[in-house]
Amino acid sequence: MNNSDKIAAAFDGKKAFIAFITGGDPDIETTEKLIIEMADCGVDIIEIGIPFSDPVAEGIVIQQADERALAGGCTLDKLFEMVGRVRLKISIPLLFMTYINPIFVYGKEKFLQNCAACGIDGVIVPDLPFEERGELADDCIKYNVAQISMVAPTSLEIPRAIEMNSMAAVAADGGGHRLCRCHSNPESINALRDCYSERFTKIAEGAKGFIYCVSSLGVTGVRSEISTDIAGIIRQIKQVTDTPCAIGFGISTPEQARDMARISDGVIIGSAIVRIVAEHGRECVSAVGEYVRAVKESVLDI
Amino acid sequence: MLNTDDYRPGRFGEYGGRYIPETLMNAVAELEKAYLHYKDDPDFVQEYTEILQNYAGRPSLLYYAKKMTADLGGAKIYLKREDLNHTGSHKINNVLGQVLLAKKMGKTRVIAETGAGQHGVATATAAALMNLECEIFMGKEDTERQALNVFRMELLGARVHPVTSGTMTLKDAVNETMREWTKRIHDTHYVIGSVMGPHPFPVMVRDFQKVVGAEIKAQILQAENKLPSAIIACVGGGSNAMGAFYEFIGDTEVRLIGCEAAGLGVDNPKNAATIANGSVGIFHGMKSYFCQDEYGQIAPVYSISAGLDYPGIGPEHAHLSDIGRAEYVPVTDAEAVEAFEYLSRTEGIIPAIESAHAVAHARKIAPSMNSEQIIVINLSGRGDKDVAAIAKYKGVEIDE
Repeated sequence: MNNSDKIAAAFDGKKAFIAFITGGDPDIETTEKLIIEMADCGVDIIEIGIPFSDPVAEGIVIQQADERALAGGCTLDKLFEMVGRVRLKISIPLLFMTYINPIFVYGKEKFLQNCAACGIDGVIVPDLPFEERGELADDCIKYNVAQISMVAPTSLEIPRAIEMNSMAAVAADGGGHRLCRCHSNPESINALRDCYSERFTKIAEGAKGFIYCVSSLGVTGVRSEISTDIAGIIRQIKQVTDTPCAIGFGISTPEQARDMARISDGVIIGSAIVRIVAEHGRECVSAVGEYVRAVKESVLDI
Repeated sequence: MLNTDDYRPGRFGEYGGRYIPETLMNAVAELEKAYLHYKDDPDFVQEYTEILQNYAGRPSLLYYAKKMTADLGGAKIYLKREDLNHTGSHKINNVLGQVLLAKKMGKTRVIAETGAGQHGVATATAAALMNLECEIFMGKEDTERQALNVFRMELLGARVHPVTSGTMTLKDAVNETMREWTKRIHDTHYVIGSVMGPHPFPVMVRDFQKVVGAEIKAQILQAENKLPSAIIACVGGGSNAMGAFYEFIGDTEVRLIGCEAAGLGVDNPKNAATIANGSVGIFHGMKSYFCQDEYGQIAPVYSISAGLDYPGIGPEHAHLSDIGRAEYVPVTDAEAVEAFEYLSRTEGIIPAIESAHAVAHARKIAPSMNSEQIIVINLSGRGDKDVAAIAKYKGVEIDE
């Protein structure tokens, strides 16, 4: 089966719960146990973070997890081996989440070849936006690894500076429209709006597996409330594609998970789980199991 | 003229690009649009030129270092005196441009990273001048190495946040400023301090710094009626070097030499010589050379100079190095300190420890050149901020 379809199938008939942990935090053995435990407790997709020295899209919780994992000697090769072992025991989709540099330096093709060999179904690379996705696109197709796309609350926003004033002139001279490869000659804010929405449509249409919808501005981490119009963004996506939409960033309580699942096809939780790992260290497996079971229950029957 | 950025937008050969989280894409797109508009807007250009002249003190002098020339006994040495700019370095050129642009874009707040504190001080200065709120992110280790600059920024009305993540130096300050920008985009502009980061920063910062090279060219033609044989500048991210080089890229008879911080030596892990020791990677929004390990983990780097203590280099430098148009050479702490003392003693000019790296290389090559040849050293900053650190390096105790 095509891995994009396998990932999308995890959303069939239910709200999917996607759980993230940092690989190798606090060590590889614990990560292996956690993956099996979370799959047993009903998690639908697991994201394994490949630790990076400088995770610019992460809040403090995952930054520290990356530091612990690297200090504990976690490497990409060790993660490939571990995934190979765990793959024999579980069947749910497994994704890698990491930054482009560890992939680029390891060798893009070798990375994806190894992903395919050990049973990774998809990759999420937060610092590889739509315009740069070509770095991995061909190899992802070649090795049947889904390249997950992200959209953010800002993806459709017309910048205030442009909306507000004098910068209509900018829109008129076509300056900077390279971003959305809009070669028409926009003459108004409306043309600019079309340009943004054209880019957004391309992201949605080209998405594989599911669309990672970033809930709010800022980096990963627990938030007490999510106030952006993420529902509006998801409605826009739904006009163009049937690819499932999952919301991530800032979700921690089962109640938040339930609220977010109501307006989407699934939820992604990372920092809240990583925090439990940080608290309990190698003894975290049952506590994580308990937590993910509670989240899973909260998104059933919606 | 050899145009290094016509390959595709934001690319210098294979380097550059825009590798940032989706949340920030809109902000950099907005910035690109605004920049492309204003850079050719006569009112903007006039306003920027006026503050450069009346506030920053441009043009800066091109000074003939007669004693140094006589002492080295080879090429004629000129110093481009960026140290005489307001706030004491070339950083002000870029900052005034970006803060003015931020103001035009309707932003009310600027944020910036800083290493040695020069860029932070310059940003705080421009923000004070133009009435913008200002927050500076600085590695905790650097806040200790440059405590005076922290207080200076606070005097100027900025809030300084010590960054305690990672190695607590410049790269971590950049990480934290990017995170802060992701949190607050709408009213905030990130004033990146060097020719690095996602497009359009490397192009924009270079353009705001190219006045340095343009002045050098006019001044040297006036003084000597010919172009220099070499231009030497220190390189961390590489903004003063890019500013000095850009006008001369097409003049292939002019050697362009960037001096990287080799710390304790290129063979010692404690260095920051990116071209000498790094490999191609993608980090801080750009594809370029970085000091990193076989798994792409960014390496902790070291230099006596907080301003050169960065594990990457601007993408245009990476390209100029690959195509052989510019050379990049390592200079150690010891050589830089010696040059710091040498210039102070010989010309009565105390250079920034960053700029002392360029002075050190000039001392190496000048004696084997002839008196018809000219070297221009870009003296990117003044050394007052470094006096305490140099004393410490030499084992002298100063009770401040």
